[in-house]
Amino acid sequence: MSILVDKNTRLIVQGITGREGQFHTSQMLAYGTQVVGGVTPGKGGQEVLGVPVFDTVRQAVDATGANASIIFVPAAFAAEAILEAADNGVELIVCITEGIPVQDMIEAVQYVRQRGVRLIGPNCPGLITAGQALVGILPGRIFTPGPVGLVSRSGTLTYEVVNELTARGIGQSTCVGIGGDPIIGTRFIDVLRMFEEDPQTEVVVMIGEIGGSDEEEAAEYIKQMKTPVVSFISGRTAPEGKRMGHAGAIISGGRGTAQSKVAALEAAGVPVAETISDIVDKVAERLGRA
Amino acid sequence: MKLIESQAKAIFAEHGIPVPTGRVAHTPEEARAIAQEIGGRVVVKAQVPIGGRGKAGGIQLADDPEGAYHQASRILGMDVRGYKVERVLVEQAADIVQEFYLGITVDRDRQANVVILSAAGGMDIEEIAEKHPEKVAKLWLNAGLGLRDFHIRQLAVQAGVAPELLKQLAPIMKTVYQILLSHDATLVEINPLARLGDGRLVALDGKMEIDDNALFRQEKLAALKEDEGDHPLELEARRRGLAYVKLDGYVGVIGNGAGLVMTTLDMIQRSGGKAANFLDIGGGARAEVVRNALEVVLSDPDVKSVLINVFGGITRCDEVAQGLLDVMRSMDVKVPVVVRLVGTREEEGRRLLEGTELTPAATFQEAAQKAVAAAQG
Repeated sequence: MSILVDKNTRLIVQGITGREGQFHTSQMLAYGTQVVGGVTPGKGGQEVLGVPVFDTVRQAVDATGANASIIFVPAAFAAEAILEAADNGVELIVCITEGIPVQDMIEAVQYVRQRGVRLIGPNCPGLITAGQALVGILPGRIFTPGPVGLVSRSGTLTYEVVNELTARGIGQSTCVGIGGDPIIGTRFIDVLRMFEEDPQTEVVVMIGEIGGSDEEEAAEYIKQMKTPVVSFISGRTAPEGKRMGHAGAIISGGRGTAQSKVAALEAAGVPVAETISDIVDKVAERLGRA
Repeated sequence: MKLIESQAKAIFAEHGIPVPTGRVAHTPEEARAIAQEIGGRVVVKAQVPIGGRGKAGGIQLADDPEGAYHQASRILGMDVRGYKVERVLVEQAADIVQEFYLGITVDRDRQANVVILSAAGGMDIEEIAEKHPEKVAKLWLNAGLGLRDFHIRQLAVQAGVAPELLKQLAPIMKTVYQILLSHDATLVEINPLARLGDGRLVALDGKMEIDDNALFRQEKLAALKEDEGDHPLELEARRRGLAYVKLDGYVGVIGNGAGLVMTTLDMIQRSGGKAANFLDIGGGARAEVVRNALEVVLSDPDVKSVLINVFGGITRCDEVAQGLLDVMRSMDVKVPVVVRLVGTREEEGRRLLEGTELTPAATFQEAAQKAVAAAQG
């Protein structure tokens, strides 16, 4: 069944006429996603790869019945794009943009929650339901439908895991990149809840890193889950006080260390893999395919 | 980005928050002159973007201009936990009757700004929260509502602040919130916000942290950004638009993706080695970016080998391999370079590297082991 996106998702692309927007629209179309419209203020009436472009989200939603949006808008304007989508009732908003100011995101995340719509990201690769829909920049070709759900703060590290899962004949349901920023619309616990309700997902892989306390919060919830979870935490060797690439990957005042996340997960009975192959081994075990 | 006390206070003063009379001095002579201007007792304070100045002896009272000269000459050049003191703030000394803590900061877990007010100011807020938790009033702000009068009343009651002080305190709190937003700050802190003998509330210290992601729209603040505390290679990498952190090992690391790179560092440690740096070249692995990355990593004298770890998703591994070979051949690379290439067309990519000056590897572990061995060999 999968979560969040499938072949019925009707997607608009905010920032469709930009370089990133165009390139990834072509990838998403090639994957089979229903990309029904795009939004670039001032370019309404144009077409990108056969997809109609509108000036506003309002027009795009009215014309196409879109229920999801992906945002490829530069950091200075991306939060505004999130607000525009939420204000127009778009149920699922995926924001790829990196570098959005944190005060903008506080406003956006709070507004999105008030409106009852779901935001994934920002600073994320998006999500994919294998064989059905790609709403993001993940490389579709490495995925194959199956029973493993993935939720991760990282992009390429996740692709590594998926690549090895697929190579071992273990497919995926939905893979959600929640992003590397400190303030994000959807956290581990939110996605875990969805996977728990999804009949297709039999095992979940959770990939965390230093910074914040989402992994610790997730560990508490995992205790009550029936679906087994295998976790992995990167940044065990990260120093204090330095942003390790992701704005949210920072150990502050001794808090947010990989060690504390590993401890919380282990205390909750969640296996923490030591290497990528170890993740796949543990998944295979839990699927009875060791 | 951290602002030092004098910078934060200048912003406070601009917005009408009372601060002590004072100015920054770079030399003991300047300090003496400022003390002369101010008249009477002054305090000489080290200006560094880190706490613990007091304990390090970086805050000293002086009864007269000569005293100010003397203290400034002791404090200037002092090392405060790794930061060299290059400036001091010379201010009129205050007769403090009571000290409050006032701060607004981003609470990541609650995804909101939180206002913190305490009548037990003057100590580190962590200390206050630990020793007197009941004295710390907190309020998480809704971005739409902002900080309203009733919020301020609530906080004051919770913190046990005398109602007569609200007349001064309320405008200061509102201004602090406005400053937080208009300067894209993640922290604005006044500790202590002191009630003086004459009844006035004055910000005796100030601290601000600015969101690095927002510097593109904070030109004045971006211009203040100083590179102290940053390693020269970090500055160079930043200039080239690379996400780079200097570490204390000897295996240079380049990868595409922050999580992937962090894991690479972890794997190197697992293999008994130590990484010299973190470097994320972002999505894809375009030749120019790789060249920039290699140049930065190779200019680090600590680097004895390099591990390039790339996942080719949309970008194909054979393209990455060819790009790497082209770059390497146009540079003078004296250390062993191990390349781990996984993803689309990884076989072709690795085959291209066989027999070349680049050592191919298939797994994280293999790559880490080879890079560590090469560095030690």
